[in-house]
Amino acid sequence: MKLVEHFKTGLDAPICLTWELTYACNLACVHCLSSSGRRDPRELSTEECKAVIDELQRMQVFYVNIGGGEPTVRSDFWELVDYATAHQVGVKFSTNGVRIDAEVAARLAASDYVDVQISLDGATAPVNDAVRGEGSFDMAVRALGHLRDAGFRDAKISVVCTRHNIGQLDAFKALADSFGATLRLTRLRPSGRGADVWDDLHPTAEQQRELYDWLVAHGEDVLTGDSFFHLSAYGSALPGLNLCGAGRVVCLIDPVGDVYACPFAIHDEFLAGNVRSPGGFQEVWRSSELFRELREPQSGGACSSCEFYDSCQGGCMAAKFFTGLPLDGPDPECVQGYGELALASVSSAPKPSGDHSHRGGVRGGPVPVTLVTRRPDKTCDENPLAGLQV
Amino acid sequence: MLRLHPQVSVRPEPFGALLYHFGTRRLSFLKDRRLLDVVRRLDGSTELEAALADVPEAERAAFRTALNTLEKTGMLTA
Repeated sequence: MKLVEHFKTGLDAPICLTWELTYACNLACVHCLSSSGRRDPRELSTEECKAVIDELQRMQVFYVNIGGGEPTVRSDFWELVDYATAHQVGVKFSTNGVRIDAEVAARLAASDYVDVQISLDGATAPVNDAVRGEGSFDMAVRALGHLRDAGFRDAKISVVCTRHNIGQLDAFKALADSFGATLRLTRLRPSGRGADVWDDLHPTAEQQRELYDWLVAHGEDVLTGDSFFHLSAYGSALPGLNLCGAGRVVCLIDPVGDVYACPFAIHDEFLAGNVRSPGGFQEVWRSSELFRELREPQSGGACSSCEFYDSCQGGCMAAKFFTGLPLDGPDPECVQGYGELALASVSSAPKPSGDHSHRGGVRGGPVPVTLVTRRPDKTCDENPLAGLQV
Repeated sequence: MLRLHPQVSVRPEPFGALLYHFGTRRLSFLKDRRLLDVVRRLDGSTELEAALADVPEAERAAFRTALNTLEKTGMLTA
């Protein structure tokens, strides 16, 4: 049996696991995959988080990708990082940089078991801030500077590829190089608030080709979290496993302990269980019905007759689901164009099950504006609602 | 003489084992359970050939190549 076949049938424990520690966030990025903003009152307590870490240690999960929300706004964040690394569970965490000052950077530089990913969705402030909010570019760059100055080696700059930043790939690489950091590019998914902006932000077909060529040219110098395997149908496979690992080699634990098949699939349909239930995370990973189904041989459905099916494996489950496409059909961004055809007949897409978005927006947050171009009814009308037709 | 790098963690799997290096943050796969046995015998004081003693002659070259790759990627260290 080839190695990749073992992964398809699932491992006794995930290779890595994403753990969103909180839905609270100081930003309000338009494409947030977890619709974060407000803290959920049912969030796992410090003790519950430590119990999860104990379990991950027993299962020999090498490391967790901690995210959110903004995980560093949890008051026990550093305590949990220390607890995990003291228990042989490595930590990679994603942050917008809000809490990475000189002191924190020095502390991070002193640990061999912590890796930091700074999120940035534009190589320039205007491109980044349009998606992540005013001031967020400066905040991220400041954090990167503190890490460099403290001697932290090989931080990651994590970029979600969009229509507005594909043209900046070289600039991103140069930015990463200037901080001694490694560039990590990931795919925009129509998950969480990403569903609302997908049509405007996902790369065009030409940009996908540009991205693929760029990835091939840069090989292992650039990390991708294996997220672009749908592009492998262009030709040679990109570095990585090139398969959907949902429920097989990866999964997500959300802030309230719910276990989902992958970080991009926060929806009841992909909910496998909760770490608070008897048997904890291990029981969910090993015995949940959903995960068992995902580990069964998958049907290529409409894609099985396509000559590129072996390369792309039908693409991303979450991208299909949240654009209303059948899971055994083409990816919405299928490079052979089958996704676009399929999308033409989709009438509605499922909505995310949860929403923790800020209700009133945040300071400096990206504000989608609709300009009213009609004239006021009367020149002296001061009431902005005058004449509004509802 | 080789041994497992102190920052490498080993997780046995049905197909062999997963190796994770906390320093380089790289993951490696051992695609044979017997290779894992060999790696475990390498403790810094065992000769490579002694560690390979149980491996059939015909397969030793393949094992040596695998061990060489592990050394190059820093999973094994002198």
